[in-house]
Amino acid sequence: MSVLRSIRRANRSSLLQYAVLIALALIALGPIIVMFVTSFKTQVDIMSSDSMWVFQPTLDNYSHVLDNKFDLFLRNSVIVSLASTGLSLLVAGMAAYALARLEFPGRSPIAYFTLIIRMVPPAVLAIPIFILWLNWELFLFDLIDATPFLYELENPDPYLFAEGLIDGRVGLTLFYTALNLPFAVWLLIGFLRQIPTEIEEAAIVDGATQWQVFTRVIFPLMRPGLAVAAIFTFRISWNEFLLALVLTDRNTRTLPVGITLFLTEQGVQWGRIMAMGTLIVIPPLILTFVAARQIIAGMTAGAVKG
Amino acid sequence: MLSSIKARQIRIAYLFLLPAIIVFTLGLIVPLANTFELSFNRLSMGSRWEDRDYVGADNYARMVDDAHVLSSVGVTLRFAAVVLAAELVIGMGLALLLEKPIKGAAIFRTIFILPLMVSPVAVGLIWRYLLDGRIGLVNHYLGLLGIPAQTWLGDPNLAFFSIVITDIWQWTPFIFIILLAGLQALPSEVLEASRIDGANWFQMTFLIKVPMLRSILLVTILMRLIDVFRALEVIFIMTFGGPGRSTQVLSLHIYKTAFTSQTLGYASTIAVVLMFLMLVLSLGLLLFSNPLKERADF
Repeated sequence: MSVLRSIRRANRSSLLQYAVLIALALIALGPIIVMFVTSFKTQVDIMSSDSMWVFQPTLDNYSHVLDNKFDLFLRNSVIVSLASTGLSLLVAGMAAYALARLEFPGRSPIAYFTLIIRMVPPAVLAIPIFILWLNWELFLFDLIDATPFLYELENPDPYLFAEGLIDGRVGLTLFYTALNLPFAVWLLIGFLRQIPTEIEEAAIVDGATQWQVFTRVIFPLMRPGLAVAAIFTFRISWNEFLLALVLTDRNTRTLPVGITLFLTEQGVQWGRIMAMGTLIVIPPLILTFVAARQIIAGMTAGAVKG
Repeated sequence: MLSSIKARQIRIAYLFLLPAIIVFTLGLIVPLANTFELSFNRLSMGSRWEDRDYVGADNYARMVDDAHVLSSVGVTLRFAAVVLAAELVIGMGLALLLEKPIKGAAIFRTIFILPLMVSPVAVGLIWRYLLDGRIGLVNHYLGLLGIPAQTWLGDPNLAFFSIVITDIWQWTPFIFIILLAGLQALPSEVLEASRIDGANWFQMTFLIKVPMLRSILLVTILMRLIDVFRALEVIFIMTFGGPGRSTQVLSLHIYKTAFTSQTLGYASTIAVVLMFLMLVLSLGLLLFSNPLKERADF
């Protein structure tokens, strides 16, 4: 009798738990669903208040977005995100290995410095980056102007080459890597701690060099940690707006900067914004459903131990 | 012989660190050093680095009396206090409520992290649309309840409230998930012992679980605090600091001083102060959660 009652009570409490969870899921998803739904509406439907969920869906917003340099923005975003993610993993993996496994003077200060640098706000970086990049461009042009041989050269055009060097995407890749590095190093040190040192020692005894130990033994063993680091690096690089706004031009704009072009003086083109927003959100969304476990591991790594 | 092996190991260690040192130097240290130097200079937009005017501590003196800087510090602190309090209370409450492992929890957790993965620009745009005074869904549904339409982003108090709500929507899941993981990692012997000793729900929660989560709570607060001071994108899109200066957080103020007012030197001065604030916060974070401490030799 009392067993039955406790089962019933348990069911009731799980029922409550499910009810709360479903309500929360709706709150979390609601705004994203609204974006998705609105992306299929005409501007007229968006402006009229009576047809919230019932309307004639249209793909006009998407075709307009796709016809307006979306492929260019997408290419820029993909290049910068993948390049900075790859670079971060390699650089952070090497640094984490040195910090976690090797003995050398200055190890502790370097480790602490790496952790503290995590705080640098992008708004603070935006100012010097803007000036440095501008001056770098002027410096290169001056250099070409002052060099008679280069100045007269037409093919290959040295000015074009200089513009290639100051390509905002190169800058973004560098700055995203720098911004992501502290977290990645922090995370990978934690993962390395869980790998027993015996395997490396055995490899050294067998005559492997330190570099071989790193590439053949450690890097593969770190794979779960690298996956977590990759997701977080990609997320930051794919979504970042402020530095991209400062550093890119017409040809190097990334998607988050491109979407703000629909916030025009004449008004906000909501349908197109929501269509482009939906397209921007797709990769992180897929990543979330594929790798939720890794994302949660990364989020809790800093705070919860064990 | 031994010392030569050691010297070799040191060389290898620095070689492994070299790429990170290069990236940090080019990507962070040089720019930050420039910011610091620029904070003692006057430089307007479009001028070259060589054309800067050294003005000593003038920028710093000017900042002390600058009501706009003070007001944006105030907005930042108020914003941080309100969102942190709300997110902690809601996140903690939900974590306690949903602590019991349950079938299908994984799918819900996946859904909860979605707001964190959405680009801040998209978050800002979505909420700007939802809160739009004329076509926004929020007014539409409040209207069904008989509440008159509000100009959410047009009124100073409501605009502040709006960016708070948006932040709560995006970041409460972060706190909830960390606290949930913390709760589920608590040693079951302690909880079992207190249950046997007859502790009621209230005692279990506030005298045992919450105190045991103390260090996780502190770390979470500091991590969020650092994020609140860094982030400006959502506010940039939703209100751009307005109306008036009601939502102008310090980061955004720095951006506008540099790129709207086009005074790069003075903006750098404010940036240096923000960096100093962040440094204090980060040191605090290290004090409470030091991932290096687990190995005694750091």
